Amino acid sequence: MLGNICNKWVLVAGCLLAGSTAATAESGATQKAVKARGVLNCGVSTGVQTGMSTLDGAAKWTGFEVDFCRAVAAGVLGDPQKVKFVPLEIKTAFTTLQSGGIDLLARTATHTFIRDIELNVEWAGVYLYDSQGFLAKKSLGVKSAKELDGASICVSGGSNYELNLADYFRKNGLKFTPVTANTREQNEKNLEAGRCDVYANVLSALAGAVSKLGSPNDWVVLPELISMEPIGPVVRKDDSRFRDIVAWTLNALIAAEELGITQANVDEMKKSSTSPEVQRLLGVTGDFGVKLGIDNDWAFNTIKAVGNYGEMFARNVGDKSPIKLERGLNNLWNNKGLMSAPLIR
Amino acid sequence: MTQAAALPETGGARPSPLRASNPLTRLLGDLRGRMFGTRRDALLSLAVLAILGSIASAILPWALVNATWTGASRADCTGGGACWAFVASKAPQFIYGFYPPLERWRPDIAFSLLLVGLVWLMVPRIPGKAYAIAFIALVLPITTFLLLRGGFAGLPLVPSDQWGGFMLTMILAVSGITFSLPFGVVFALGRQSKLPLIRWFCVGFIELCRGVPFLTVLFMAIVMLPFFLPPGTKPDPLALAVGGIIFYEAAYMAEVVRGGLQAVPKGQYEAAMAIGFGYWRTMLHIILPQAVRKVVPGVVNTTISLLKNTTLVMVVGLFDLLNIVSAGVSDPLWAGSQAEGYFIVGLVFWLMSFGLSCYSRAIEAGFARADRS
Amino acid sequence: MTISVPDHPQRSPLGRRRILGWLYQGLLVAGVALIAYVAIGNLYANLAARGLKLGFDFLWQEAGFEIAFHLIPYTASDNYWRVFLIGITNTLLVTVLAIAASTVLGFAIGIAQLSSNWTVSRAARIYVEVVRNLPQLLHILIWYNVALRALPPPRAAHSLGDAAYLSNRGIYIPSLTTDRPGLLALSILLALILALVLFRSLTSYAERTGRTVNAWLPAFAVLVALPALAIVLSGAQVSFSVPHLRGFNFVGGWVIVPEVVALVLAMAIYNAAFIGELVRASIESVNKGQREASAAIGFGWWQTLRFIVIPQAVRVLLPPLSNQYLNILKGSSLAVAIGYPDLVGVFTGISINQTGRAIEIVAMTMGVYLAISLLIGALINLFNRMTRIVER
Repeated sequence: MLGNICNKWVLVAGCLLAGSTAATAESGATQKAVKARGVLNCGVSTGVQTGMSTLDGAAKWTGFEVDFCRAVAAGVLGDPQKVKFVPLEIKTAFTTLQSGGIDLLARTATHTFIRDIELNVEWAGVYLYDSQGFLAKKSLGVKSAKELDGASICVSGGSNYELNLADYFRKNGLKFTPVTANTREQNEKNLEAGRCDVYANVLSALAGAVSKLGSPNDWVVLPELISMEPIGPVVRKDDSRFRDIVAWTLNALIAAEELGITQANVDEMKKSSTSPEVQRLLGVTGDFGVKLGIDNDWAFNTIKAVGNYGEMFARNVGDKSPIKLERGLNNLWNNKGLMSAPLIR
Repeated sequence: MTQAAALPETGGARPSPLRASNPLTRLLGDLRGRMFGTRRDALLSLAVLAILGSIASAILPWALVNATWTGASRADCTGGGACWAFVASKAPQFIYGFYPPLERWRPDIAFSLLLVGLVWLMVPRIPGKAYAIAFIALVLPITTFLLLRGGFAGLPLVPSDQWGGFMLTMILAVSGITFSLPFGVVFALGRQSKLPLIRWFCVGFIELCRGVPFLTVLFMAIVMLPFFLPPGTKPDPLALAVGGIIFYEAAYMAEVVRGGLQAVPKGQYEAAMAIGFGYWRTMLHIILPQAVRKVVPGVVNTTISLLKNTTLVMVVGLFDLLNIVSAGVSDPLWAGSQAEGYFIVGLVFWLMSFGLSCYSRAIEAGFARADRS
Repeated sequence: MTISVPDHPQRSPLGRRRILGWLYQGLLVAGVALIAYVAIGNLYANLAARGLKLGFDFLWQEAGFEIAFHLIPYTASDNYWRVFLIGITNTLLVTVLAIAASTVLGFAIGIAQLSSNWTVSRAARIYVEVVRNLPQLLHILIWYNVALRALPPPRAAHSLGDAAYLSNRGIYIPSLTTDRPGLLALSILLALILALVLFRSLTSYAERTGRTVNAWLPAFAVLVALPALAIVLSGAQVSFSVPHLRGFNFVGGWVIVPEVVALVLAMAIYNAAFIGELVRASIESVNKGQREASAAIGFGWWQTLRFIVIPQAVRVLLPPLSNQYLNILKGSSLAVAIGYPDLVGVFTGISINQTGRAIEIVAMTMGVYLAISLLIGALINLFNRMTRIVER
């Protein structure tokens, strides 16, 4: 109520000052602002995305996106709790990032050409290789997406997935009827009620749907995956220093898994590991943190807060979560996956 | 209409066969006379009763007899009826949204303040209506906002994206009504103004708002307005939505107030002018006080429609009561509790809207009595 | 602003008021101009920061997504202008259906409220009070997510003589297809006009002469015969398409998707409560003496209704009724909540997400609704002027 009045006055005052508040696009500005504020403003999905971001009844945030925000906060501010989560619909996500409303968008945002080039934002790596697939009831007896001619397909309205889906069917000369919904819940309701035959979304979302639909054995994901969706954290293009911090936070998480550093043994490793790589990563030798403009303890704090990449994956969407998404492409490079970190040297 | 046009009133006028002293017997006798007076009445009544009966027999066993009231998940609801355990276990979330549990005494205080203000305003016997209005329009919004948001004097900050459920619905409705009414009065006066530019501006604004769906105004507020704000501001979606509601409903309030202004006899304006009152004194002391009683029903009706309209914020992603209940249904523990959720939302809105419309009718009747005496 | 007053004490209050008036207007213009100036400045700064620019060129881009329900042909390779048109036609379709259904139901409720039968009028009253105090969005969600979910899947659809089917994918009915749809449409339109004219002239003939003439039969005959004749004479191919199950769904015939059914049902039920109230009020507004006088000159109830009550009630009813119709038009935007591709759903919702052109799209959407509203508003004013009782 008052917020509204306040906002109006702030708005009027802001409007009058608009001329003088030209955006200060300077490398490192974001990090300075975060330090001064003492809190990282982190955009996530709307709090009802199982495994990605969930705001529970006790007002606690959990999920993969949430953990990544905490990892960055631990690195920059030394405290994973110093995050303000800003739930965003995809339609306002990029504009909020661009206008400075958030420092980092750790939402399930697919890296696309148009977004990268036209929206003046930048992906600081990939934390999830997702693919779009189809979820069907086993009793439907469908073995392949090529058999879906004439099917009704549930899909999120206004999403990438809607475009991928139309492309795929056009390419294969098949017809389908979209049943569009605005939210994942409505899509899941539609699928469960048989309003559509199959549900098209990325695998992480399909796995989330199965975990909610009860009797997971009644459902099958069709073998065809129709797109590769590289999903990663997004920052503003004008601050390359902050991009580096976010990118290397992600790299540290992946490297930690490769080096065998876990949330449980990170103290031990810091004290006694003789591996030069581990020592560099955890800030025992070298001053990699200082070079980034943050503490040398940054990677230690990050891993201490959320564990390594594998732990983060397993806890939120993998085999330790109700979703049980296969690691697949998100395995490390030495385990038939795509995840790898540049060398820390 | 067929019978009403053709036949004289048969209902109340028919002498009751039983003139028993027992009021219950008399009531039953009256009822029987009204419902089954003639053969045609009897047939019609039976048909209607059969329909009502079949609806009741579908709902009542489901809602009451076979319902399960306690349980930890949908699996505990084995009665085949409604699973009220769902509502019971999710009630805190439905009321407070994602508000931190330890801080929920703050919305509780806000609710009580609102209740005090409403009772003060709406019960005719309590004096000091002007103070009640000042309380609701000034004290209540400021205290509620500060209390809910916190961030000072040891109160932890609770950002507005954790507000939700019934609390959010009430915030939207109450702030919408409190702020759209004064704007409405201003626009109504502007529309009646003799100054052409002011009149055209007000007419344009009112007609624009009344010509488009509320949903497009919400979209405008949420996705379009941020483009017109200074770069670097992070507009709060709740504030944008409230702004949209005020913007839209002000136009409807303006039309209601205009109706009231037009109902004040022209002689009143002329008399006020004749004794040398200026525009603002005429309006504030002569016209608006008279217009107020004419507009009460219209204002209450607009209030009801505003209250129902708040549910539309779910389309732009705010978790009001309806949206949070819809989201609650997607909890795997409670999957399939759709009907229960909608039932409760319906009940809450119905009680509030019906209460308001009853109140409006009572006020109208009161004015009518006052006019007669 | 009031400095001038003590300087010119002799100035009349009227003159002072005029000056104040200009001052107020000047302030308003200055205020609006200032806000517009600042807002537009912000807009360009924001657009530049986001690498966007204003313009309608996006309308010619390929949309690339499928639309579930469209009255005009559409494929994923059509452009956003076509999407816009589909949004408009879909909005108009549900609006027209909902108006028709809610009018029928609303009149029934209104008349039932005035019934001399106590049970009927009470039941109608209960209907009104229950229905109108629930949010319209809730009505729609209940119909879509609860009521229609009870329907069977296509493979177990309820069938009506193996020609029409009811399932959770919608209502499938046989359709008439022709290779010359333009001709058929034209002949039906012509037949409608002709039938109406015939009906009017026959009834007025009956009124003039007092003879009983059945006007329905000839009108109906014209309605059927003319299109049939047109088809036969032109040698157009006409075929019935009967829906049948193939693969996942029914193919052939016309389909009314569940979103339309839920939307129209919910809007009809909700708005009928309001229309019922309007109808009741308008009939009650007709003076009782009028009815008694009409009975006194020997009119039966139908004649009383037809010549005395309805003409007067309509005058009262029409302005608020048309307002209610506009509310239905605006309410149809709630379709977005259940994924029906109306203007708001497919254009303001999906197209904004895909193109990011928030300003252009919101402005176009509002423009469409505003244009229809103003048009209908103008028609009502015209009607009011034409039907005003001429005081003599």
